[in-house]
Parts: sequence; structure tokens; C-alpha cells
Amino acid sequence: MHADSSLIELANGLKNRTFSSLELTNAYLSAIDESQDELNAFITVTADIARAQAKAADERLAAGDAPALCGVPLAYKDIFCTEGVATTCGSRMLENFIAPYTATAIARLNDAGAVMLGKTNLDEFAMGSSNENSYFGSVANPWDPSRVPGGSSGGSACAVAAGLAPAALGTDTGGSIRQPAAFCGVSGLKPTYGRVSRYGMVAFASSLDQGGVFARGAADIAMVLGHMAGFDPRDSTSADQTDDWLTACRSQPPSAASQGRIGIPKQYFVDLGVTDASMQNACRTLEAAGFTLVDVSVPHVDAAIACYYIIAGAEASTNLSRYDGVRFGHRCEDPQSLDDLYRRSRSEGFGAEVKRRILTGTYALSVGYYDAYYLKAQKIRRLIQQDFLDAFADVDLIIAPTTPDVAFKRGDLVDDPVAMYQQDIYTIPASLAGLPAMSIPCGQHQGLPLGMQLIGPHFAERTLLETAAAFQQLTDFHQLRPEPTA
Amino acid sequence: MTWESVIGLEVHVQLATRSKIFSGASSAFGAEPNSQACPVDLGLPGVLPVLNEEAVRMAVKFGLAIGAEVNAYSVFDRKNYFYPDLPKGYQISQFEQPIVGRGELIVHTEDGPPKTIGITRAHLEEDAGKSVHDAYAGLTGIDLNRTGTPLLEVVSDPDLRTAAEAAAYFRQLHTLVRYLKICDGNLAQGSMRCDANVSIRRMGESELGVRSEIKNINSFRFVEMAINYEIERQIELLESGGTVERDTRLYDAERNETRSMRSKELSNDYRYFPDPDLLPVEIDDAFIDAVAASMPELPEAKLNRYVTELDLSDYDAGWLTQDPDAAGYFEAVHAVSGNPKLSANWVMGELSAALNRAELDIAQSPLSAEKPGRLLQRIEDGTVSGKIAKGIFETLWQQGGEVDAIIAAEGLEQVTDTGAIQSLIDEIIAANPDQVAQFQAGKDKVFGFFVGQVMKASKGKANPQQVNELLRDALKH
Repeated sequence: MHADSSLIELANGLKNRTFSSLELTNAYLSAIDESQDELNAFITVTADIARAQAKAADERLAAGDAPALCGVPLAYKDIFCTEGVATTCGSRMLENFIAPYTATAIARLNDAGAVMLGKTNLDEFAMGSSNENSYFGSVANPWDPSRVPGGSSGGSACAVAAGLAPAALGTDTGGSIRQPAAFCGVSGLKPTYGRVSRYGMVAFASSLDQGGVFARGAADIAMVLGHMAGFDPRDSTSADQTDDWLTACRSQPPSAASQGRIGIPKQYFVDLGVTDASMQNACRTLEAAGFTLVDVSVPHVDAAIACYYIIAGAEASTNLSRYDGVRFGHRCEDPQSLDDLYRRSRSEGFGAEVKRRILTGTYALSVGYYDAYYLKAQKIRRLIQQDFLDAFADVDLIIAPTTPDVAFKRGDLVDDPVAMYQQDIYTIPASLAGLPAMSIPCGQHQGLPLGMQLIGPHFAERTLLETAAAFQQLTDFHQLRPEPTA
Repeated sequence: MTWESVIGLEVHVQLATRSKIFSGASSAFGAEPNSQACPVDLGLPGVLPVLNEEAVRMAVKFGLAIGAEVNAYSVFDRKNYFYPDLPKGYQISQFEQPIVGRGELIVHTEDGPPKTIGITRAHLEEDAGKSVHDAYAGLTGIDLNRTGTPLLEVVSDPDLRTAAEAAAYFRQLHTLVRYLKICDGNLAQGSMRCDANVSIRRMGESELGVRSEIKNINSFRFVEMAINYEIERQIELLESGGTVERDTRLYDAERNETRSMRSKELSNDYRYFPDPDLLPVEIDDAFIDAVAASMPELPEAKLNRYVTELDLSDYDAGWLTQDPDAAGYFEAVHAVSGNPKLSANWVMGELSAALNRAELDIAQSPLSAEKPGRLLQRIEDGTVSGKIAKGIFETLWQQGGEVDAIIAAEGLEQVTDTGAIQSLIDEIIAANPDQVAQFQAGKDKVFGFFVGQVMKASKGKANPQQVNELLRDALKH
């Protein structure tokens, strides 16, 4: 009933009462159940809550005038707080943490009648590009279980690719939605910074974190985003502006754009390697569809990775200070002193990558290094942002590869953090600039998916989604599915 | 050798907002431990701070009151350190760009002219929770009710030269924030706490000595005692050939001494950086104008007005304006009585004494100002004498009632009828021939005896001035 359907098709099926939300939910729950051993996409499956929500949704649907998303099952990255259900962030530190509140994004989806299937696996505290940094085990790429699904939102990308949910929420700090979307052959949108409330989304790097959506296609993403986006008085950094177009997306799929100026940033198109053919094809497809391709330059992006790891690390180092074993979270056995309590609780509770980032971030903020690292990184960040603003004076959006390669083998990069950080080379600049960016499938290499990125000006989600819709009318890469596992 | 001490104060003013600076939890004092800490105060994962605009308004009010530049753009930073009563592992404060820039405060000390003390800056921050060390054997309790309470930290220039001056500055700040209604001023509950930076140098030297910082002093008296102790300690050290170490000290009031808490070498690197969860605070002219329009008359202006317009002494004006409640009470008494000096005397005398006996603040006075005001009006218009008025005041204080009703009911109206007083005088003279003879023999002191007898016969109600005049006339003959 569900594996080959898009979210919008499922929503229509629910609306027309072709099947019930409970039937649909049960189908997804059993698919998840069958997949867990091999894929490990979920940390917590909330079957009881899902069925209760599905029954409630069926009542709303029967009563008529339910929101378009009513009864649609979704999966949530386990970094969004959900009242009464564990929110682990993939960390031993929060193995038993149950928040007494629900993240604003999810509360809005709940209000629309969405059904929570469960909480998906991730790199610990969203730090990672392979989902191998999870305390709850790594996640497999459904296209080739010996490969990573990408990260940090690997569980959500895997779930959508494997047909375990029609859409899933992720968070993106430096590429954590776009990179796994590319590796798993699904679409993933990181909205403009401030578009989706961060309230209840556990912080990694506050000035970069942004919640977003995975689904098969742009239309599915638009429907979910339309329901969860918008100003939230509980998040001072959320944007206080309305977007009627996005609101309309709750019930009306975006139309396909038929024209526009697309920038090709030369800095992104050097030595494309395995992505070269698919990028060239994608450009030709867009040109044929009526778009104009224009060369643009974003000269400072070569400093983006260094800049990002300083800023994100600095913010993370203090965001994660609250995990001290005093009030909640992991606490060491039999502490001998206050220092011992801090030291052992944090040493035991955090994994290696989280510790690495706390250390580098602490270093970057320390007396004597602050100006050389943190302040300089902030200056570079502004230069990169200006690069994009200058480019957008001439073009409506920018196209770029999402990743340098297809999904790599599990275990290949775990001992080489710098090579791992290089995976984010194409995704980080848009994060630093706070821009909306999405990855959509644009080809395959040796049977593995490849993604391309569309990057737009601030709050130009409409341009991205309508362009993606146009591309997806002309191509079927987003319809390709991995062979069912097991 | 003579030494000069150089003192600067950092005063934490707890702002009287209803809710906390970054959350909606109540900031009231004295609730059950941990009953006023919401997820934001607890630093739970995923929650975010949202700035309380009322705290900003109060900070701006303070800035305007000290003639400071209110910065149109200020930034909240994170001050990072681990402590069990600091839930997030950082305190949200303002470091490089505070909301209030340079200003000044005029301080009055008992000896010497008023002195202008520079204020370097004032910034907004959140308070930490409280560690409770004595409630559980071998354990430390954490009460997070205070977490997130808004503070305005006011940093003075090192302009203070004596402990008395420092205490006077602290007191003046206390007066000011109470006038502005931005702090309840309750020192015992920690609503104002002071850190004192103290150093000494040889008189005439321009370079500053090594300073120590005395933390968390919460009374005017202790500020003075702690600083005096510290000055003496540093003088003794230097005069005996030692050096002052830069350190942080605690004042022990019971022993009247300061003790080292930690030396600065071990101090934290706080790794300040702008808090990415909060936007910079931008304040426009309209906001500042609105705050300016709500400013009360400030203590210094009020003091000057009392002296120049109401003709009060510097001492009386200072006494009355130090406490906004006292000033308000005085003004209400004066409005009814019409006599500023008489009103001042009664507020500072009878009323103040009665309040002290009852251990009440003037704001808690059981007598509304209208009643003493009416009473003084009755002295002014000659209805009652000052002496009788004191009795009426006692009645008002003990039993309540209305001034005019008490006067009527108890027949206390002053006797000003010349005939009535004259007939009393005639009776007294007739009854005391011996004293009449003494007076007429030149013994002037006996006059007082006659006044007393007449007043007694009138039950205190005869107008004393008339009694004097008529008595002199009568005794001449």
C-alpha cells in the first residue's frame, strides 16, 4: 500500500478514505520492525503513540475538514524533543532523558494530525557525516548496507529511502540533511536559518542549526514544511515573517517553475570527479526546461570548512556544558568530588567525536586564541555570506553538487576526522550564510545515488521547491528505490 | 607614611520584574526550593532564552537616571564556567557591549561636600541558583529558584577613597534604584549585593596598587567594615615589607575580617562570546523617550528642591529624600499641613519614633499621611497646641480615628478666648499670694510656675502665647 507512494499520494488516499491512517501506520510499523536489524534507522519506535494518533486522525478525517497532513505517518530525528518519549540525541549522555515538552516544529505537526512513527538514529548530538557516531549503533545505507547513509540525520534519510516513512524530520548544521539525502537518494531541504523554530531541538551549534525535511520529492517536502515552519515567540532567532505561499503549501503542491537564472559557482565545479556526469546532465536538463545558466563566483568558500569547524565547535563547546551529571543525563557511579563528578560523567557520557569538538571549540574561545580563531572565523563567515548575496544579485538560485562522491564504506573514515570533515565541503557554505538549500537526486554512480544542491537567497524556499519540482517532472531519479532489504 | 586607598564597587541590583530575564517563571523571593524553575531555568536540552523586555526597560531607566549613554546596540554573551548551581554551564551576561555606558552618581557623605562618582558601565545578566551547604549533612542542596533572576550589574570607577565614601555610594545607589522602582532594595534578601575592589598606594602616587576583591557584601555597614579591614590589612602588609596578592576575598562579619577565597592565578578563563541564542538588543529613540517620560523626580533633584523651595535644612532634606517612601510620606503630610518645616519635624520625629517602636517601615505605616497632615494643619490654624497634638498623635496611632473628631470628642480645642484665660489667671494669682510676692521681689523664675499652673488649670488647652502675655500683664500690677 505504501512503499511506492509519495507523501502527497498517501495524504490523498487518507483524505479519500481509500485506506485508514491506522492501516497505513501499521504497515509502516511493520516495515520498520523488519528493517531494524539491518538498517538500524530508529532509536525509538513509538508504536503505541503512533496507533493512538492514527486512530485520532481517522476520527478527524471521518469528520471532514482535517488538515492535508492528518493521519500521515512521519519519523523524527531523535534530537527533537517529544514530551513523554525519550530524546537521546544518539548519546549515552541522554539515554534516559525524557523531555517535559515537545519541540515547536513537532507540536505543529501534531496539531495537523501527523502520526509519529518513532525517533530516528543520528550521529551523537548531530556531530558527524556518517551516522557512525551514534551510541545506539551506526545506520546502514539501504542502497548498500556496507555503506554509510550519511549524517548526521542518517536515520531519517535511511527511513525515507527504505520506505519506512514517507517523510522524516532532520536537522542541518553543516549539511546534516543534504548530505544524507544525497547518499540515500531522497530529497532533503534545509530551510533558511530562522524559518523553523529551534525550540525543543537540542542545540549543536545554535547559529547554524536548522530543522528541515526529507521526502521523496519537492512537493512532499513543501507540504510538511508548510505545516511546521513559522515564527515562534519561544525562539528569539526565529524569523518573524509570514509566507503565504508556504502556508498554501500545506494543501497545495508547488507548481513547477519554467524559467529562472541559475548560477554555476566556479569554485564548486572544480574536479567534480564521479559527480561530473550527473551535474552536467542536470544542468542540461534545467536548460532544456527553460532555465538560464550563468557563471557566478563565491570566492571565499575555500575557507568555509575551517571557519565552520571553529564556529560550530565553539558554540557546541558551551551548548554541551549543561550535560554535567548534576540535574539530568548520565551521571557517573559514586563521584568522589565535584570535579570527579564532572570529569567522569562527561568522559563516560560523550563519545569521541563530541569530545573532539568540545575540545577544539573550547580552544578556539580561550584567552589568547579567541581573536585568531573565533573572531577571524566570524569575519570569514560574513565574507562568505556577502559572496552569496553578491551572486544572488544576478541569479535566482545556485546549483552545486551536494557531496564529492557517493556514500563511502562504513568504517572507512572513522579514524580520519579531517577526511570526514571534507565530506561537508559543498554543504557548509550555505549553512554559514544561513541560506535555504536542498539536495535532490540527480543521478547514480555504480548503482549508488548522487544528489545536487539548489541554494537560494534567504527565505527563497519557494524558488528552490518550484525549481526542484520542475526538475523532478523531467527526471525520475527521486523515484528510484533501493532493492528491498532482507 | 600616609596611604591612600582606592576603591571601586560592583553592585548587583536585582531587577523587580515579575518574571525572569529569559523565561516566564516567577522571580518572587522565598518560594519552596526549585518550585520556580521552568525548563529554561533548568537548562534542559532544547529550550531557548527569550529576553524579558521589562528588564531592558529597567536598565534603560537606570541609564537615564545616571546621565549615561544608553547603547542603541548591546550584546548578550555567554560566560562559561562549571558550577552545580549554574545549570547551563554558562551565565548569560553582557561583556564587551553593555546596555548602559558611562554615567555618574552624586554621593553625599557626612563630612565634606558632595562628590561625583563615575560609573563605568551597567549591564544586564542572569543570576545563578543557590547552593545550600548547611541543610543536609555531607551534601550540598541546589535551589534553582533564583536562576535567571534579572540583575543589573553597576560598575563604578575607582573613584572612592574611603570606606565611608564607598558605603555612601552603595547607599545612594540603593536610594536611586528604589526611586526608579527597578529594585525592591531588600538587602537582607540579597536584592542588592556588592563586590568591592580595594587597593592602596602612597599618597600622591598616580599608579594603582594591587587590588583585592571582596565578594558579596550585602549591607551598608558591612561594606564599610569590610573595606576598612581590608585597607588596614594591606597597609600592615606593605609596611611590614610584604606585597599584596591579587585575590578574591570573603568578608566574615562575625569576626570582622576578610579571608582569601581563591587567587587570581587559578581563576577561570570564562571564554566569553556572543550568545547565538539571543539577538543583539536594539533600542530606538522611541523606546528611550517612553522610558524618559516615565521617570520620577530623582533623589538629587528632590533634595535640592526641598532645600531651595521648601527651605528645609540640608540634613532634613537628606534624611527625607534618602528613602522614596519617606519622601512620599513627607510630601503627602506637607500637602495637607501646608508647613514644610513642621511636616519634616513630625515625620522625622513623632512618626519615625513610633515606627521604630513598632519595627515598621514607613511604607507599612498604619497611619496614612493625611492624618498627621490634618493634625499639623490644626496646629497651624491654632486649633490645638503642639503639646496637645502629640497626645492626639498617640491616640491616632493607638486607636485610629479622625483628627477633628478626636479634638471635638475630647474637647481638646485650644482656648484662645482672652476672657476665659484671664479668669483662670485671676484665680491662680489669687490662690498663690506668696509666689506673687516673690515674683514682684524680682524672682523671675517664678513666672514659669504661673504658666504651668494656668496651663494645668486649662488642661493644657490654653494658648501658651496668650497665657504668657496675659500673665505678664497681670503680674505687673
